[in-house]
Amino acid sequence: MYLISFLLLFSLLAGLAIAAAPSVGVQARRIRFSVGALALASVVLALLHAHSGPEFYALSEGLAHVLDWLFMLGGLGLAVLLLYFCRRIKGYEWYIPALIVVQTGLMLYAELSSEHPRVEHAFYVDSFSVLMALIIAIVGGLICVHAIRYMHDYHAHAAGQHEAGDLDRSQQRPERSRSLFFFMLFLFLAAMFGIVFANNLLWLFFFWEVTTLCSFWLISYSRTDEAIRNGFRALGFNLIGGVSFAAAIVWLTHGPGLRTWELDQLVAGGSALALIPAVLIAVAGLSKSAQMPFSSWLLGAMVAPTPVSALLHSSTMVKAGVFILIKLSPVFHDTFAGLLLSLIGGLTFLVTSLVAVNQRNAKLVLAYSTIANLGLIVMCAGVGTAATMWAAILLILFHAVAKALLFLAVGTTEHLIGSRDIEDMEGLVYRRPAIAAMLLVGMLGMFLAPFGMLLGKYTCFQAFLSMDVMWGDGVLLAVILAFGSAPTLFFWSKWMGKLVAMPRHAQPSEVPIPRDEAIALVALTLLTYVACALFPLADTAFVIPYTDFLASLGLIPASNLAMPWETITLMSLMLAGLFLMPLAFWLRPPHFTEVSGYLSGANVDGSASYRGAMGVERVVESRGYYLSGFIREGTMVRVGLFGCGSLMLVMLMGAVL
Amino acid sequence: MKPYAWSLAFAFILVGPLLGALLAGVDRRLTARMQSRKGPPILQPIYDVLKLFEKDTLVVTQLQTLYLWGFLFFMVIAGFILFLGSDLLLSLFALTVSGIFLCLAAYATNSPYSNIGSSRELMLMMAYEPMLIMVPLGFFLVTGSFRVSDIIAGSPWQVLQLLGILVGFLFVLTIKLRKSPFDLSSSHHGHQELVQGMTTDLSGSDLAIVEIGHWYENVILLGWLYLFFAPWGPWIALPISFVLFFAEVLVDNTNARLKWSSTLKASWLMTGVFGVTNLLLLPVIS
Amino acid sequence: MSFLKKSPWVLHYAATSCNGCDIELLACLTPLYDVERFGIVNTGNPKHADIFLVTGSVNEESRKVVENLYAQMPDPKVVVAIGACALSGGIFRDAYNVYGGIDQVIPVDVYVPGCAARPESIIDGIVRSLDILEQRAKERKRQRKMVAL
Ligand code: SF4
Repeated sequence: MYLISFLLLFSLLAGLAIAAAPSVGVQARRIRFSVGALALASVVLALLHAHSGPEFYALSEGLAHVLDWLFMLGGLGLAVLLLYFCRRIKGYEWYIPALIVVQTGLMLYAELSSEHPRVEHAFYVDSFSVLMALIIAIVGGLICVHAIRYMHDYHAHAAGQHEAGDLDRSQQRPERSRSLFFFMLFLFLAAMFGIVFANNLLWLFFFWEVTTLCSFWLISYSRTDEAIRNGFRALGFNLIGGVSFAAAIVWLTHGPGLRTWELDQLVAGGSALALIPAVLIAVAGLSKSAQMPFSSWLLGAMVAPTPVSALLHSSTMVKAGVFILIKLSPVFHDTFAGLLLSLIGGLTFLVTSLVAVNQRNAKLVLAYSTIANLGLIVMCAGVGTAATMWAAILLILFHAVAKALLFLAVGTTEHLIGSRDIEDMEGLVYRRPAIAAMLLVGMLGMFLAPFGMLLGKYTCFQAFLSMDVMWGDGVLLAVILAFGSAPTLFFWSKWMGKLVAMPRHAQPSEVPIPRDEAIALVALTLLTYVACALFPLADTAFVIPYTDFLASLGLIPASNLAMPWETITLMSLMLAGLFLMPLAFWLRPPHFTEVSGYLSGANVDGSASYRGAMGVERVVESRGYYLSGFIREGTMVRVGLFGCGSLMLVMLMGAVL
Repeated sequence: MKPYAWSLAFAFILVGPLLGALLAGVDRRLTARMQSRKGPPILQPIYDVLKLFEKDTLVVTQLQTLYLWGFLFFMVIAGFILFLGSDLLLSLFALTVSGIFLCLAAYATNSPYSNIGSSRELMLMMAYEPMLIMVPLGFFLVTGSFRVSDIIAGSPWQVLQLLGILVGFLFVLTIKLRKSPFDLSSSHHGHQELVQGMTTDLSGSDLAIVEIGHWYENVILLGWLYLFFAPWGPWIALPISFVLFFAEVLVDNTNARLKWSSTLKASWLMTGVFGVTNLLLLPVIS
Repeated sequence: MSFLKKSPWVLHYAATSCNGCDIELLACLTPLYDVERFGIVNTGNPKHADIFLVTGSVNEESRKVVENLYAQMPDPKVVVAIGACALSGGIFRDAYNVYGGIDQVIPVDVYVPGCAARPESIIDGIVRSLDILEQRAKERKRQRKMVAL
């Protein structure tokens, strides 16, 4: 209990202290210190709670009452703040303030009702939320450390653009907006801790809305018109989810069925009682984790500075959406609503994986692949068996680590080579060995055996084929997964191919990677390795206790998830190979003679140019395949939006009727 | 885990390449006969590789050799898992990793030919991957397990239940073995627009590694084919798998190459029509 | 024994031939002659090749290409010049742009005469070059050992 309050309050206070820092140096020191403290606290929490079932905490009557009022006022304040921001909306964005008003109205209606359900346990800790806390504190913390230097460069860069006449209004007072920026990051961390530990749905909803606010503010950070529009889009889409969440709370307050404000009671209600509010909350989860039809806000969010994209839009905030879905997963077990939810995730996975092949902008590739992986997790959550929850939780872990690494590495690369175009990263292994190695580890972690993501997919196949809602459902999901994995393979390998390509021209070596960025990157690289090597540990410490607990309550069918030891041995063998081969190569490199590449014998300047027709020297250029004629982004996305939109409507209506 | 499974797995590591080389040799001989030539000795592939080790190795970048090690390592692992009687899906994943390492080696050399070759290879992987995944899925639905040992001990009717999957698998086997009409990324026949595709800039021992990897791959794919008929016992299953395997040579010699987009469309269509339908109908069939 | 003899892979380049010799060379691959019986494969890629077969004379256009291809072939390797043009320039010898035979640019090991050279003599030339190839392989092995020491 104390640790939870510490994590929550400390991040908040740290945010204030950092924002109030007198100078940039002090600020950086405070950030590093707070990140260290948070990481330490989360590790202690993990050590205390690993291997054990959930613990629930009741607050004393008075405190709970005070907090209730505080959270209500906070919610109102949030609404007022958002409405204040809405003064900049354009005409067609009228729906945003409307949604704010509706949502606040619904919340007040629920909160102020005369006889509302009593909340016994306001907070809880279970092994799943501990794992989330570890991700938030450690991965999130590392991203904050990375941001120290990144924001410095960002402003320096933006200042250059400012002089060139490109207006960036965060530049008008860089110190202030920088301080506010870090305050928002830490406020966000606090809210995330709130989400994973709150058992009181109203409080959880408040934290949920705080992350929406942070996301909106941080996306619009540069104050360019594009950034502001994208910020509002993110806000609008998240508010749709928010309204849905609020509706669920109203239902739980006044509705005919289950009346409770507690998350664990809701889950314990099972599909018979809790399906309707669960589906409503699921819509909120879908919007937060940017599933189709809401996906476009996440793509727009890529205008934000890269650490923001890494923190909010890939490794933590969007995970809040799937976190809540996994929490509700037992409710969806063996229901049509669950199947529809899985299909929404599946369709999103398929469409975004295909569309990602089209992208040249590294950040967009990452964004699409984030949506795709979240789709995969949603697929798992909708099935709601022990195996899929196991897979989903591990996917969250591996994705958070590997994707944060990739985002930060792309951000650093962008500052080093001045571009985030994949084609410009050609030969990065030779030009920038360190950063390229990190990118490669991140990508390997994203899709290759023996790293974790693949393990998740493996379990998914098994679990899908064993499910039994209607004829052919499991096969359908497995087939979607099979077809979606193929383009994933293609776009990652293509990118890796660019990185490892031998540059055709000699490259000058340049400035080193800044220290803070290096710390974060190296730590995340190690984490990716460690997470893969020690996943059986993470499995027994965090995932199994959680699923076992749910099974003991009879919410999900009990099952034995233990992997056969020989599978683990073989996986470790592969991982060891991946580690030992480069080592052996480094220790005893073969010494072969180097020649230029084959250009039909017409080479002029090594591999770089050849003698073309009429004796003209031509530069060799080759680009990756983006299949834009084969996979049409617009059509695909429309299909996805329409498909997922209608699936979602059917899910909502099906649950209500 | 029985001791004989272990011995089979280690036998694969040691004897696998020899068997694979023989398969390749027979393949070349058959091809020659179909063109009314006499053809090289059966052991020719082995001579070729031994020769390659005698040659110098020229590289564009030293790192290409590292990627090729990765290719061979994961290929061996994939076969090891298969012949150990362990997880078929895991074996497939290892096979995929190995394929990607080969592409990386080709990308690393960065000549236009190897570049296009590896891009096309990735495209082919994208084409055959879903169908290859269907195979373990089908076996899982029939036998309730991804384990090769369980599949071998399965019901003798499984090949009939999985007939659609078998057809789809034979289709993508043509791609996997780099046979015409799908030899887009590299080919055993020289003189085409891509020179030698992915292997253009690999020479000497590097090329030998690729060849040995392909030998292993031959054996692994033959093993996959065998699985369909395995419950009938080796005396029936092996000849059938050999016949089907060498039927690919016939296809190779009687077809012109397709474009990548047609290949992709065709193989996804086949996967849908044969693989997915078969999976969906399984509850009805069994 | 060296396996080079059992699997000689050739690279064929037409420097500036009239294509007469090229046709004859390709005839060797046809079922009638079927050089694959001896493991001979036409690779079309210098990095895979052991024997460099050049037809035609060298001129300004092809000089660099011959050099490049030769440089991109891994050792041990031999060069076989095929046809009168490749030997000396042949009937093009006095043309203003022609340097002469292949040996003006790279060292040639076997000369196969004829205009056009007959497939039999081309095969004979390749077979003769195999002995030289084996010799080179031995030398190369010794060199490698010395480097290793
Ligand atoms: S030797 Fe005769 S046939 Fe051969 S290339 Fe010269 S002119 Fe043509």
